[in-house]
Amino acid sequence: MTAVTRAPAPARATRVFAAVLWRDVFVTGRELPVFLAQVLLQPLFLLFVFGKVLTSIGAARAGYADLLFPGIIALTTMLTALQGTALPLVLDFSFSREIEDRLLAPLPVMAVAVEKMLFATLRAVVAAAVMFPLGYWILGSLAIHPAGVPLLVLGIFVGSLLGAAIGMTLGTFVPPSRINIMFALILTPLIFTGATQYPWPSLHTLRWFQVVTAFNPLTYVSETMRGAIVPDVPHMSVAITVPVMLACTAVFIWTGMRGFRRRALD
Amino acid sequence: MPTGTIGCVSAAVEVVDLVKRYPKSPTNAVDGVSFAVRAGEIFGFLGPNGAGKSTTIGILTTRVLATSGIARVAGIDVLAEPVRARSALAVVPQRVNLDRQLTARQNLLFHAHYHGVGKAERERRAEELLEQFGLGDRGADKVDRYSGGQAQRLMIARALMHRPSVLFLDEPSTGLDPQARLFVWDRVRDLRESGVTILLTTHDMDEAAELCDRVGIIDHGRLLALDTPGALTRTLPGSAYLDAGFDGPAPELGGLAGVSRAEQSDGRVRLYVDGEPARLIGSLASVAAASGRQLVDVAVGQASLEDVFISLTGRGLR
Repeated sequence: MTAVTRAPAPARATRVFAAVLWRDVFVTGRELPVFLAQVLLQPLFLLFVFGKVLTSIGAARAGYADLLFPGIIALTTMLTALQGTALPLVLDFSFSREIEDRLLAPLPVMAVAVEKMLFATLRAVVAAAVMFPLGYWILGSLAIHPAGVPLLVLGIFVGSLLGAAIGMTLGTFVPPSRINIMFALILTPLIFTGATQYPWPSLHTLRWFQVVTAFNPLTYVSETMRGAIVPDVPHMSVAITVPVMLACTAVFIWTGMRGFRRRALD
Repeated sequence: MPTGTIGCVSAAVEVVDLVKRYPKSPTNAVDGVSFAVRAGEIFGFLGPNGAGKSTTIGILTTRVLATSGIARVAGIDVLAEPVRARSALAVVPQRVNLDRQLTARQNLLFHAHYHGVGKAERERRAEELLEQFGLGDRGADKVDRYSGGQAQRLMIARALMHRPSVLFLDEPSTGLDPQARLFVWDRVRDLRESGVTILLTTHDMDEAAELCDRVGIIDHGRLLALDTPGALTRTLPGSAYLDAGFDGPAPELGGLAGVSRAEQSDGRVRLYVDGEPARLIGSLASVAAASGRQLVDVAVGQASLEDVFISLTGRGLR
């Protein structure tokens, strides 16, 4: 049987991938101030109230801001990335269906999932980078440890990817009608049990809570950031945090991709 | 059982023994469907809600994974090579899925970009298609300002950006006003003229009869009939009729060959006929003359596609 071949030769997958990524960069880039306000307002207020206000009025000791800042960086990377995949995917697969045109592009469906995670990671890295000058501006000083920069960069990238993968898992497994409940029941505990406002080893006086926080992947990102930025503050060993962070990332990428595939293909 | 074999003519869409069973479902959503669509044909897929037509279209457009069987679009096995198949096909869904973050023109440009169309070519084609679909002055508008009809036209324009050889239209005129519907029909015919194969689903029997070269009727995952709209209505037993009036009481006509039923009222007779009713006129006149009556007027009526559809799929609500 003769095939009907009017279509041009299929586009190269890398070019298609770049086009799909460019769509997200284009849309977000056009509204960069809105994007930054959306993702940075919460960490900035946390940093201001806990790091500046509480220390100024004597409710927290002077060095508290130093151990808070790495936690806020961890929180910013994880949450920005998570928000970059979770809510958009819930909307895309239920209400707007905007993603369908990209799922019908000549590209493996899983490459669209990879693009979503990559773009959410990029957003989170940008947000984390902007937090440094803003943190300096709010706190008046920043304790940056030069030898820790490579670990800091690793932490930001892996923490962002981890957040994107958790977001994709939530965004594809939680039914659209439950999205509000998801934010209340998952996001709030995630934020407050992630060792962002306290170093994990200091919790030994509150043993049960220390155990609870050990189940939150964000704890390992926060502790990695402390190891990089304020290595003198007691923190969990990097030999533990980095492998756990990587393992969690791998697990959530797997679950996120599975969820995406389930929603994209019947 | 129609197989849809079309011999040596090139097939733009070919489906053989296609089966889809969803997990946890006791029955097959698509249950051994086979048909072929000729290149350059407008093929209509009719069926009640949940009959399996959307699933079949989903498989052909690479969004649903088949359980077994063969599905080819433009000669490409969609199950084995979905990525390559997506270059050859385009989909216009029933529900608007335009990118609301983008303007109308950007929707077209990004679609073409995803399909590897070069910059100059996609810009030229976007202008051309916006113009052709009556959206020339609306290109810079965000698509959430579009009416249902405009969104539908823009989705068709978008689908054509990468020059697909097969276009899938899911209920193309649902929710459109009559003007928009006629406009869409005209564009669909233009596309056929330019050699694009069109596979559309519809609940609108007028649309199917008016637009489609052939229609397939599907229910409970099985293809029940496949033919031209004219042939389908002709083959519906006893659904064509012939009304005859005489210059007095009607003669006895039940014995005429090919008449399945006769109804009398006020000196007129309605004969339900298997096959072409006009062929009966000669013998009708002879029978009348033999009984000393004269045939004074005759009207021929044909079953509609809707009659065929109801007779095949029943009156039960889905």
